[in-house]
Amino acid sequence: MSDTATSERVLETHFHSRTAEANYRNSWQDWKGYTTAGEYTAADLEYFAVRNAAGVFDLCPMTKYRITGAEALPYLDRLVTRDMTKVKPGRVAYAVWCNDAGKVIDDGTIFHLREGEYRLCSQERHLAWFLDAAVGFDVTVTEETDEVAALALQGPTSCAVLKEMGLTGIENLKPFGLDHFRFEGAELMVSRTGFTGDLGYELWIDPGHAELLWDRLFLAGKYLGVQPIGSHALDLCRIEAGFIQAGVDFLPADEVVRPGRARSPFELGLEWLVDFRKPNFNGRRALAAELRRGSTWRLVKLDIEGNKPAHHSYVYAGRRKQVGFVTSAAWSPVAKANVALATVQRPAGEPNSRLFAEIYYQREMHWSRMMAACQVVEKPFWDPPRRRATPPANY
Amino acid sequence: MTERTTRDVIVIGAGHNGLACAAYLARAGRDVLVLEAADEVGGGAATRSFAEGFRVSGCAHLLYQLQPEVAGELELAKFGLETAAADIATTALSPDGEHVVIHGSRLEGRVTERDREGLSDFHDRMMRFAKLLRPYLNRRPPLLVNNDATDKMTIGRLGLDIRRLGRAGMQEFLRLIAINIYDVLNEHLDTELVKGALALDAVLGTHLGPRSPNSLLTYIHRLTGETGGRPGAMALPKGGMGRVGEAFAGAARAAGVDIRCGRAVQHIRVENGRAVGVELAGGDTIAARTVVSNADPKTTVLDLLGPRHVETGFTRRIRNLRMRGNAAKLHLALDGLPDFSGVDRNALGGRLAIAPDMDYVERAFNPAKYGRWSAAPVIEITIPSVSDPSLAPAGRHVLSAVVQYAPSRLEGGWSEERAAAFGDLVIDTIAAYAPDLRKQIIASELLSPADIERIYRMGGGHWHHGELALDQFLFNRPAPGAVQYAMPVEGLYLCGAGTHPGGSITGAAGRNAATEILRREGNS
Amino acid sequence: MKTYDAIVIGAGHNGLTNAAFLAKAGLDVLVVEKNDYIGGAAVSRNLYEDWIYSNCSYVCSLLRPEIYRALDLARHGLQVTPYGGSVTFKQNGDYLGSYWDHEVAHREFARHSKRDADAYQRYSAEVMRQTRFIRDFLLRTPPDPTSFRPRDLRELALIGGRLLEMEEEAIYDTIRFWTMSIGEYLEEFFETDVIKAHLAGSGIIGTALGPYSPGTAYVLLHHYMGEVDGNIGAWGFARGGMGAVSRAIAGAFESYGGEIRVEAEVSRIIVRDGRVRGVALANGDEIRAHRVVSNLDVKRTFLQVMDRSDLDEDFVRRVENFHIRGSSGKLNIALDGLPTFPALPKDSQLINADMHFIDSLERMERAYDDWKEKTWSKDPYVDMLIPTITDPTMAPPGKHFMSCFVQYCPPELDTGEWTDADRDAFGQAVIDQIAEYSPDFKDLILHVEIRTPRELEAEVGLTEGNIFQGELTMDQLLFNRPVPGFAQYRGPVRGLYMCSSSTHPGGGVMAAPGANAAREILRDMRRLSSVPESFGDD
Repeated sequence: MSDTATSERVLETHFHSRTAEANYRNSWQDWKGYTTAGEYTAADLEYFAVRNAAGVFDLCPMTKYRITGAEALPYLDRLVTRDMTKVKPGRVAYAVWCNDAGKVIDDGTIFHLREGEYRLCSQERHLAWFLDAAVGFDVTVTEETDEVAALALQGPTSCAVLKEMGLTGIENLKPFGLDHFRFEGAELMVSRTGFTGDLGYELWIDPGHAELLWDRLFLAGKYLGVQPIGSHALDLCRIEAGFIQAGVDFLPADEVVRPGRARSPFELGLEWLVDFRKPNFNGRRALAAELRRGSTWRLVKLDIEGNKPAHHSYVYAGRRKQVGFVTSAAWSPVAKANVALATVQRPAGEPNSRLFAEIYYQREMHWSRMMAACQVVEKPFWDPPRRRATPPANY
Repeated sequence: MTERTTRDVIVIGAGHNGLACAAYLARAGRDVLVLEAADEVGGGAATRSFAEGFRVSGCAHLLYQLQPEVAGELELAKFGLETAAADIATTALSPDGEHVVIHGSRLEGRVTERDREGLSDFHDRMMRFAKLLRPYLNRRPPLLVNNDATDKMTIGRLGLDIRRLGRAGMQEFLRLIAINIYDVLNEHLDTELVKGALALDAVLGTHLGPRSPNSLLTYIHRLTGETGGRPGAMALPKGGMGRVGEAFAGAARAAGVDIRCGRAVQHIRVENGRAVGVELAGGDTIAARTVVSNADPKTTVLDLLGPRHVETGFTRRIRNLRMRGNAAKLHLALDGLPDFSGVDRNALGGRLAIAPDMDYVERAFNPAKYGRWSAAPVIEITIPSVSDPSLAPAGRHVLSAVVQYAPSRLEGGWSEERAAAFGDLVIDTIAAYAPDLRKQIIASELLSPADIERIYRMGGGHWHHGELALDQFLFNRPAPGAVQYAMPVEGLYLCGAGTHPGGSITGAAGRNAATEILRREGNS
Repeated sequence: MKTYDAIVIGAGHNGLTNAAFLAKAGLDVLVVEKNDYIGGAAVSRNLYEDWIYSNCSYVCSLLRPEIYRALDLARHGLQVTPYGGSVTFKQNGDYLGSYWDHEVAHREFARHSKRDADAYQRYSAEVMRQTRFIRDFLLRTPPDPTSFRPRDLRELALIGGRLLEMEEEAIYDTIRFWTMSIGEYLEEFFETDVIKAHLAGSGIIGTALGPYSPGTAYVLLHHYMGEVDGNIGAWGFARGGMGAVSRAIAGAFESYGGEIRVEAEVSRIIVRDGRVRGVALANGDEIRAHRVVSNLDVKRTFLQVMDRSDLDEDFVRRVENFHIRGSSGKLNIALDGLPTFPALPKDSQLINADMHFIDSLERMERAYDDWKEKTWSKDPYVDMLIPTITDPTMAPPGKHFMSCFVQYCPPELDTGEWTDADRDAFGQAVIDQIAEYSPDFKDLILHVEIRTPRELEAEVGLTEGNIFQGELTMDQLLFNRPVPGFAQYRGPVRGLYMCSSSTHPGGGVMAAPGANAAREILRDMRRLSSVPESFGDD
């Protein structure tokens, strides 16, 4: 037998000893082949840790790539739709990358760690595409998912927790900034990023220091309300923040089988990420043509009347004309709103227009149906000033 | 040398397609500059001096696919294109000396009655399909979805032309289009020798064996040209193939094209997503509104343009283009006319084929799949000095042979020694049919696909700048996104064999590209 | 003397399916079978003590679920259980496995190449796109593009429409897919030999082509277009062996009042006044029928069973030019226990998988080169399974049945006809190859049945033992299958029909040819069709 045989069991993350201890519910999910917590105690309460104090989320299974080399910048600039020359060392950029047809393969965050050295972090795996895109560039792309342990620390007390942990100057880190700190002889990278739409940080460290980092974080946060949160709570946060998710609100274009199921950045409300002033980038020609011709779909945020979450609802323009469907829905506790992300066919879904969601809901086994009026809103449902404040307040 | 720094059009490469394209564009009033890296024009249509006083067509050595439109419109005859021997026959060499002569649909030699009828029937069918396809070689491939009226007309006409074959003809066409030549020849013929020689034509210049599906298409493709007014016929050009290249150059110059040799293009320059000119080796730049590349698609995209200017998926397609050449060239300088046992001396002015049966050809192909050369190669021999004494000193002769299979990606790579070793094997193979051959050799050279790649700048040493297979045909040649000669980068075009309708000396790709450039960029 | 509405020749799964749909529509149908058992190549045979062998076809995926359901095969005893995974052993002692679980499969591919593991995503999407395209046409009669009849034009428009609704480049990719070799297709995605070899197997199974022969990408599709309960591309075991498929279809047929006669070999199809009248049996009996449906392959049907004088010469020539090439052999082995495979991790799920012992395209292609030289592959491509790990009914407890499908095995050797000694030497080559990866395997062997094309032809009646009853090359697919102008299941004589795998959509235990032929027969009779339509998009 080969000594390096693949484990046929689901893998454990670098924080598993800690997440397992904290997982009172024994609720686990397979995320990219790793076992991660769905909820630790109660998802509803974990959610409030993020909005009220600080939640800790195990990010290890996120796919990570290291991009280095003399042409790392032109390479990335050709890969993604936004202008990467504006992302200086110490900064992070949210970006999407497209196939030739201008359809989104995935979104992710690109960390400019140091001059000419980047980390790209995404939900799906793309090494084949990234290497194909590297042809003709002096650049090295390596997958490093398992070589980096990562945690998200999100919520209003998160900065205070990190200060308490001794990360001097962390309060000066601006949104989408990153910095390096010493941590027990290791390098701890902290970025002011997250998937909750709130004040928050992500922490990146070598796996050998993972458990210690977890312990120190919880020690430092003992009186600051730190709690581990599972994926259910995180999902609710990201919907409130209006963040889209690959495989849920759009499909990676290279995995799409049926015609017309992939989406362009314009169709996902990400036109702000497309920069035609920079040199050639992948999908540019197709996107320019789409801009001239007009897009087919539109991703909208819906504020829906009533309190029944519009899971899997059809969306109508008027009472009869079906124009799309909901891809993510939730009752937002913090906004006290019934919110959803939906995909609708243009011209439907203009900002502030009215649509209807066909909602099925169940009470004591019986199902009911309602047509709920929805308002297309432009702003995220939750976007507190503390998300951007630098330095952040302690609480 | 002074060069103006701005032109309407720059054509990269003075291969016959580049010259044809340049000539057509100049005739339409464009100021065209052709830049050729080599010291002479012609590309693969070249005459090579390989020993004192001996000259030979260095790459292609037979003319069969030249499109009459091109030859006529460019008045190639006026510029020196002449055939030394027209409508030549093929002598299929048999190890036992019972050779068979194949001339179009006629057979001479030890064959069966079924062979005679079968070949005639087979030849008629193939010519019929070649005739059907021929007009489509001389127009751009249509797009199927995002198409315009021209494309719709092409599709409609093709449908109508296929329908005109009649029901039986249509059925036959749809059955044969992707079949292998092995089965079809077995359906028609008895004599292995004849089948072997015909199968040779199907596999020359390809990475296929006779049993490989799609190998009938390559056979039909060969028949789509015309020499001396005879469709599907083969001819030897007078003065070697270089004369063909020169005729194209002559036509181009007459149209006002400026041709510069020894000027290698280093880069195609791109600004704001548009080709704006070229940078030469040495750093000089020349600006142009239109840049046309006669180089193969891989060289054009990966080396000259740079993948960053096009899309990743497109680059992937170009990188995936299969262009593994398998043909080597053997050139022999002989002190007299070789004596092929049992071959009439008159037949030596034609073509000799060493492909005694289809399984022999298939066996020759086998090692090529694994990066090794054939132990018993298939060989197409011409002795052009028979009909064109100017190629060799008086009384002496030059032998030119296309040899397969010698894979361009030879395991361990090609070297001078290995080329010589393969050359020895080839000479031995020929000598089995011409026992005194070795004694007659004054000089010899074997050009491996690696040599052909280097000398003629053909990626993979591939005649067609890319395997001519159904999956690299029409809408897929060279790759979606560039099938209508225009590249994704505005102002940049392809005009070489890597585009529709593929390689051989046809002139069609150059002509089609010129038509497309004028269509897209307006007649100035 | 009784005149049947229809006689179906051959109780293979397509013949039975055809008969079942005809009987379901109310016809009086007789199936005649030369062997003393039914099932053709979908059989469970008891050839050694208490072992049951699926001694021809051995796994199930292609069987159309629409037919499964319409004939109520579950009620007639058919149960198909999926098995997970596939493994390819490397010569260096390592292995490559694929798993039902997507993440484990990715991780295992990534162990060999991270890049290839990610490229697999795009590969599977592209193959799935082709699968979706073809699946809709499996239960449809191919149009005749040369007839210009309204029905053919409609069907052509349907195919054209399905093609055109793809995005532009996807159409061109489809054309490429249908004409490329599986080897070259895979090389566009993958860089690792063992991964390419692992995936290429489906491109050569049952075909007389190598992985580098154009057209083999389609052959791969032919093995991917099936499903087990909506899991497209998955394969399973019929509980009790593949004979369970035939038995269930026969059960359905009989429940509709059909009649099966075994040991009734047809010697001739009787034609009078340009119309089929019935069949003559080898024992001299004649049975009358208004129509005869042949489940024999077309060569057997027209070159052996029919009188040449009843046929047009041109048609005969076309049938002669139809290629049915024997390229496969089969070993069925009774084992005293479960062999071990030391390369695999302890308690690996991969013991359930189909196993292969050839780790590069070059080795596969060389196996084909042997076939071209009329010898069996010295280093063969073997598709090996141990169904008894999943199915407890096929061997005594603790004992096992191993099925080895072998590529390539020629119909005739360079030395002439097969001899028993040749057959045994062929079997030994397979056993030796497996034993290299399983040291205890040879000692566990209790009984081996070795089947070369000679045995498959003689026993099952498959010409040259070809499992598809005709090569799956472009010149023999869709409207070209079996011969142009006769792709709609009607023979060249009135009242004569074809329902074998020689017709669209070809071989495998799919039952679609039988069902499609029944639809055409009922159409000619102006009867309501009992044949289901495709379930549609999935």
